[in-house]
Amino acid sequence: MSAELSDALTAAFIVVSAFLCAAAGIGLLRFPDVLSRLHAATKPQILGLGLIVLDVAVSNISLGTVVFAIAILFFQGLTAPISAHMVGRAAYRGDHLRRDLIVTDELADAVQRADARDRAEASRDDRDDPRD
Amino acid sequence: MEIALVAAGVMFGVGALASIYRIVVGPSLLDRVIASDVLVVTIMCVLGAEMAVNRHTDTLPVMLALAMFGIVGSVSIARFMARQDTT
Repeated sequence: MSAELSDALTAAFIVVSAFLCAAAGIGLLRFPDVLSRLHAATKPQILGLGLIVLDVAVSNISLGTVVFAIAILFFQGLTAPISAHMVGRAAYRGDHLRRDLIVTDELADAVQRADARDRAEASRDDRDDPRD
Repeated sequence: MEIALVAAGVMFGVGALASIYRIVVGPSLLDRVIASDVLVVTIMCVLGAEMAVNRHTDTLPVMLALAMFGIVGSVSIARFMARQDTT
């Protein structure tokens, strides 16, 4: 690969990744509640970091660098969805969301059913208590 | 090349400053957690960009450690946050 092409590729990847980071920051500033801020914040966690790691791997390519790049992408792809899921779940359970902004709430049915089941089990346990 | 790098630096700075503002202002604990995740990812991207520009691989272990252990704070806060805590 020629030096000019390599430099241009490096600069292009860095600019795209920096744009994703800036978009995440601006989304954190402007979006109204936790869930939409979470949507903005998870964009650079995979795509921006993947572009940067690919950039490092192509700018000085060797076996050790490629192994490090794959390891970084693997662990980031393993941990970023877990933390986003946990934060979103805590936001839903803790009512840190604006329900007037939600188009559909598919989790509400499941939560209602789980609450009803818990109540039924609690009342059945109360009935069973004298027999024990 | 230089113009693109200066523009990238400005955009990285905008992302980092916006996430620091969100960490300071809040309003809820989960906003601060999300913003600190964004700040960690921005720092990782800056480290990688510096490596790609200067053509060395010295800080790859730092990026690997951040990718592995950046999860700990946000998951522990989200898991053990009290339901009534709205600060």
